Amino acid sequence: MSTESAPAPQSGTAEDVKQGPRIAVSALTTNLREYGLIIALIVIMLFFQYTTSGTLFKPVNLSNLVQQNSFIIVMALGMLLVIVAGYIDLSVGSVAGFIGALAAMMMVIWPLGIFSNPLVVSIVCLIVGALIGAAQGYWIAYHRIPSFIVTLAGMLIFRGICQALLGGGSSVGPLPDSFKALSSGFIPDVIGPLTLIPPTVNAAGKTIVGSGLTLHMTTIVLGLIAVLAYAYFGFRTRRKREQHGYEAEPFPMFVVKTLVGSALALFLVFQFASYRGLPVVLLVMGVLISLFVFVTKRMTIGRRIYAMGGNAKAAQLSGINTERLTLLVFINMGVLSALGGLIIAARLGQAVPAAGLGSELDVIAAVFIGGASAMGGVGQVIGAVVGGFIMGVMNNGMSIMGVNVDWQQVVKGLVLLGAVIFDVYNKNKA
Amino acid sequence: MTSTILEMRDITKTFPGVKALSNVNLSVEEGEIHAIVGENGAGKSTLMKVLSGVYPSGTYEGQIVFRGQECHFKGIHDSEHIGIVIIHQELALVPMLSIAENIFLGNEHATYGVIDWNANEKRTKGLLDKVGLKEDPKTLITNIGVGKQQLVEIAKALSKEVKLLILDEPTASLSEKDSQALLDLLLEFKRQGMTSILISHKLNEVNRVADKVTVIRDGRTIETLPRKDISEDRIITSMVGRSLDDRYPPREPKIGDVVFEVKDWSVYHPIHAERQVIKNVNLNVRKGEVVGIAGLMGAGRTEFAMSLFGRTYGRHITGEVLHRGKPVDLSTVSKAVENGVAYVTEDRKTYGLNLIDHIKHNVTLANLGGVSSRGVIDDMREMSVANDYRKKTNIRASSVYQLTGNLSGGNQQKVVLSKWLFADPELLILDEPTRGIDVGAKYEIYTIIARLAAEGKAIIVISSEMPELLGITDRIYVMNEGRIVGEMAASDASQEKIMRAIVRGEGKKAS
Repeated sequence: MSTESAPAPQSGTAEDVKQGPRIAVSALTTNLREYGLIIALIVIMLFFQYTTSGTLFKPVNLSNLVQQNSFIIVMALGMLLVIVAGYIDLSVGSVAGFIGALAAMMMVIWPLGIFSNPLVVSIVCLIVGALIGAAQGYWIAYHRIPSFIVTLAGMLIFRGICQALLGGGSSVGPLPDSFKALSSGFIPDVIGPLTLIPPTVNAAGKTIVGSGLTLHMTTIVLGLIAVLAYAYFGFRTRRKREQHGYEAEPFPMFVVKTLVGSALALFLVFQFASYRGLPVVLLVMGVLISLFVFVTKRMTIGRRIYAMGGNAKAAQLSGINTERLTLLVFINMGVLSALGGLIIAARLGQAVPAAGLGSELDVIAAVFIGGASAMGGVGQVIGAVVGGFIMGVMNNGMSIMGVNVDWQQVVKGLVLLGAVIFDVYNKNKA
Repeated sequence: MTSTILEMRDITKTFPGVKALSNVNLSVEEGEIHAIVGENGAGKSTLMKVLSGVYPSGTYEGQIVFRGQECHFKGIHDSEHIGIVIIHQELALVPMLSIAENIFLGNEHATYGVIDWNANEKRTKGLLDKVGLKEDPKTLITNIGVGKQQLVEIAKALSKEVKLLILDEPTASLSEKDSQALLDLLLEFKRQGMTSILISHKLNEVNRVADKVTVIRDGRTIETLPRKDISEDRIITSMVGRSLDDRYPPREPKIGDVVFEVKDWSVYHPIHAERQVIKNVNLNVRKGEVVGIAGLMGAGRTEFAMSLFGRTYGRHITGEVLHRGKPVDLSTVSKAVENGVAYVTEDRKTYGLNLIDHIKHNVTLANLGGVSSRGVIDDMREMSVANDYRKKTNIRASSVYQLTGNLSGGNQQKVVLSKWLFADPELLILDEPTRGIDVGAKYEIYTIIARLAAEGKAIIVISSEMPELLGITDRIYVMNEGRIVGEMAASDASQEKIMRAIVRGEGKKAS
């Protein structure tokens, strides 16, 4: 139903076409995917909350969940750009493993003096990640070698180097505590903890509210600031559109969306605050997610990546340097793979030869569950993040339930297939 | 010429929000060539999709009666089974398979899945003879030209024992010669008693072969003209619903100084390095002037334009471009754009648009700097730019959020034009700006060109339609085999003069 389906009016200008209701409908349908995904995540969480008899949302488990999956989500941010640009990167798991090994060797084995400081090592590792991305991206961008092949080679090469660095099958550790804080640390409570009012006791002598619960106030304050900023910027964007006379999504929908989002965020903040506060890695992730949302939605470079993935030739003929853009996308992927590798090593407290093994598939699955198109040009950061969390919650939930690892794979595979079928079905219906 | 082979009665097809066809009636007699004409978006293709079962029975209202039987097609398979075969504008051949493999794809002579290649090839030879194609059945599709591929499609249709052959814009991408051969073939089929439906924009072709013409406009049948009433003017009047006395908008050229000048431009083929594609081309364009480049397909016009525009074609490019007398660097697309050159491609779907993105994003793509500061896009500014150009170029869409892939050809072309107008060039190179778009939209494009020239832009129009060049340009260069072989003022040019310049080949050197 392409070019000929809609009869064009013979005369009159474009404004003659009625637009009001159609925009509302289209806003709903274009956002349906995103909302649907978030709703799916919530449903999955509630399901596991029920089947694990409330373990899933326990503060300590939430912290675990974040710490276990953060590297997938960090790498998914880079992978989203790679896939939107029309490529794929199979090497991210191996690169992460290699960087973990490199970091461990630098900090523990090699006599580097001051350069074995965790911060210096991390920076060096991120630079090495960028170089790896550039090396792979160079062949893809300037010699037009299919990314599947280049990164498949990278996957073998860096896994090999990772194992060689660690000297065969051994692991290297323990890593310094200050480095481990990247993954297993919590932000310091600069404001100071707040103990909720002493327990209230009812007639039967049982505690009904308050149990000496201590809240991590810095977390609470940060959470409140984030939620307020979210609501404020949402409202401001909406306002601006209206002032310019453009359609925005219907007000009730906006309010419901903002309220549900805020409530959910506050609930999670409260859970974290009642444990040990915000995990450092969650903060890192939050900053990166915001950055990538901004880059993809608001910046010219983001727009160019989408254009290149949608039609590379047209993008090139519009003055976009597609080669350089491709290179940048892979450099970005390299840096994020390196960060992913650091997070894995920090969580394990040591470098192991199998670190990140197979994680490229989880990362790619997260991006596709999040609605990206394998053909390029389509995909959202938030989608990839939610896709990553869906995978993570399923891992976590099924582990608590005691589902065998083999069957976990089957379930994850089915979810990936189901999500993509849902997408294709929706697209054909539209 | 007696019985009615196909009757479509009161066909109504609705898409969400749009009535694509309303009460369309079509009656085709056995053994005739029945042309269907109408603007893009009028509903021709939708009607054919209803007929061939792409839209299955039940998704539309109305009746289809084929050879006296009412039909309820569930899919293409059903319609092909009773002999209705449609050949789409975009050919559906597999490039890396041979002619024979393509013709019998899905329909192979095989026993228990084992293909009998000898039988296939023998039958293929017979079919190729019928369509007058002298090629080895083992030749790969990718190795033959578009014209021959079209013939393979027809041979494939014949292999299905076709009773009613439907051709959707069969000559859209064919050269003049191949088009003529194809039309001759249609006439030959007619002599053998086959019925065909021809959908075409090219009214001279319709004029030449059609026994009847049905005009569709806005999803309705306007009228069916018998042979004796067929004339281009008559059809155009009926198609656009008004008489188009003038196919070209009037304009009063105000021509200034030379803006761009190309000197000794030479280009070699990107793969066959020894082949010189463009040979010492010299030309210039003035402010407010519309310059045409005429020539046959393969004359090197697109190659010239693309080599000029950021060296997007060819290698070993030599020569000089002067902008107001000073040399200017156009060696990359972004430099070309910065220096005020824009190139509107002849193939908007492949090179012009991101079809999976909406109008707004396409319009600003070539000049993102114009809607952003320090790399951050100002959404409101972008929105107003998109709406502004949508108004200026009269893009018909529900909003700027409509995907460009869902627009008709004419509106797609307006989006590409908008994109380049927003880049604010001094020189606009338009390559076949009206290819594949309908009469009404053509007029709009011409109007835009005239307006741009009046605003003082320099414009180069590359076109294979000579009347178009004569109608809208001020000066015409004639190109043949990579050389400029003639230059004439449009006022004393004629189709004949242009053809003569081409045929004479090495004629006078252009200034």
